Amino acid sequence: MSFESKLIEGKFCIPECDECKKIVWPPSEICSHCFGNVHLREGDFEGKIIEFSRQNDQYFCMVEFENTIKIMAKISEIPEIGKNVKISKCGILDGDYFFQVI
Amino acid sequence: MNKVGMIGYGITPFSKDDQKIETVLMDSTKELFKNNPEIDRNHIDAVLVSTNNNSKYLSPVLSEMAGIQPNVSHTIESLCNSGTNSIVSAYSYIASGLADMVLVSGAERYDSPGQILEWDNSRGEYKHPIFWASIFAKSYKREYGISDEQLAVVSVKNHKQAKENPNALSNKTHSIEDVLNSKKLTDDLRLLDCSRPCTGSASIILGSEEKVKQLSENPVWITGIGQKTISAGFTKNISFSSMESTKLAGQSALKMADKNIENIDVAEIHDAFSVCEPMALESLGFSKNGKGMNTIKELHDTDNFKINPRGGLIGTGHPLGATGIAQTIEITQQLQSNAGNRQTENPQMGLVHNMSAAATSSTVLVLEK
Repeated sequence: MSFESKLIEGKFCIPECDECKKIVWPPSEICSHCFGNVHLREGDFEGKIIEFSRQNDQYFCMVEFENTIKIMAKISEIPEIGKNVKISKCGILDGDYFFQVI
Repeated sequence: MNKVGMIGYGITPFSKDDQKIETVLMDSTKELFKNNPEIDRNHIDAVLVSTNNNSKYLSPVLSEMAGIQPNVSHTIESLCNSGTNSIVSAYSYIASGLADMVLVSGAERYDSPGQILEWDNSRGEYKHPIFWASIFAKSYKREYGISDEQLAVVSVKNHKQAKENPNALSNKTHSIEDVLNSKKLTDDLRLLDCSRPCTGSASIILGSEEKVKQLSENPVWITGIGQKTISAGFTKNISFSSMESTKLAGQSALKMADKNIENIDVAEIHDAFSVCEPMALESLGFSKNGKGMNTIKELHDTDNFKINPRGGLIGTGHPLGATGIAQTIEITQQLQSNAGNRQTENPQMGLVHNMSAAATSSTVLVLEK
C-alpha cells in the first residue's frame, strides 16, 4: 500500500525504511537515505505545532511529527506554538493532500 | 577556467500583457541585438532559454526567430531562479571552452505554471506561495520582535526605487499605511508585501575574455558563483526565519570571487515577499541576524539604492524565468554607471541573489568591473 492509497482512506501513516529504519519524508516507496524499501507505520500519531498563521477566519499551522515530518494543516482552534495535536482528518481532494489537526 | 563576462543585454518593460511566450522571448532578444549591432549572430555558440512556460523546444524556436544557428540550444527551468541557473550554465559552457558566446534569454507570462509547486504535497492544501511566505513572516517577526509596520518599509522602499525603473511593473509610491491597509491575504501578509507575477523578458550575451574585450567597452565580469539546493519541499527547511541555501550559496560565491560581503557595493535581492529581503540580507551577511530591517530602514531613510536598486521583485514584478537575468542586467548597468536615476555611487562590485520555492534553493552571483 502506498502512502497515497492510505491517505485516500483518511489514514495518515509514517513511511519508514525496512533497511535503515529511518523515516522517509516526503513519502516515497524508496528510501532517500539508503534506497531500501519503505513500509507504512500506522498509528495515532501526536505532532507539535511549530508555526501558524490565519487566512480569513481559518487558522493553518505547521505541525512536526517525530522530529522529522512536517506538514501544513488546518486547525479550528487558535493554535499555540509547542502544543501537541493529532490528525483529525486527512485525505486527497482534487489531487491535493489535505490535513486537519485537533 | 576561462574568464567570463558580459557582452550585451536587452530588457523590455514588464507588464500584464497577454502575449505568446515566443513573442515575449523575442522582445528582449530583439532589444539586445538592436543595442549591440556589432555582435555577429553567426558567432553565437549557444542559446539558452530560461522559463517555466510549458511550450516546448523554445530555444531552437527563439534561435530560428532570431536568425541564429547555435551548436547548443536548450531550455532551463528551476522555478524562480531559472534565470541565474541559465547564467550559471552559460558561464560553464564558456569557462570550459565549449562556447565563446552564449545568448541567455528568459521570459514568462503572467499566468506562469511555475508559481505553484504541485509536487510539494507536504504543504497540504496550502500550496500557494502566500502560505510559505506567511509562515516565514510569522516566524521572523516572532523570533526578532519585528512588527508588520517595520516590515512594510521593504515594500515602501522597493516601490520608491521601482519608480526610477522604466521597465518596472509598478510606477507608484506607497506609504507604510498603504502597505498595512492593502488587502489582507493572511494575518501575516498584505497584498503590497508581495511581488506580482507578470509578463516580461530579459536577455544577455555572455562571452569569453577575448570576446568581451573585443565587443564591450565597459567590461563586467562574473567572478563568483554559488548555488545550493537544500530540498524541494518547503517543510524541509530547518529554519523559517533564515535561508540556509542562501547562506551557503553566498559563502561559495564570495569564496570563488575571493571577496568579503563588505566588498559588495550594490545587490539585487530576491524579495518575492517583504520578509524575504531582511532574511536574505542576514543570510548573506549584509546584516546580523535580526538586524536586516535596521539596514533596510537606514537605506530607505537616506535614499540609498544599494539594495534592490531596480525596485526588487516587489516593485519590478516577477516574471519567473526573466527575473534572475533582469537582476543581473541591473547589476551590470550599475557597474557600468548606466543606471540612470537608480545609479549608486561608483560601485565596483555587485551581487545577485535569486532563489526558488521558499529558499529551498538559491543562486548567488558576484559581478565585478
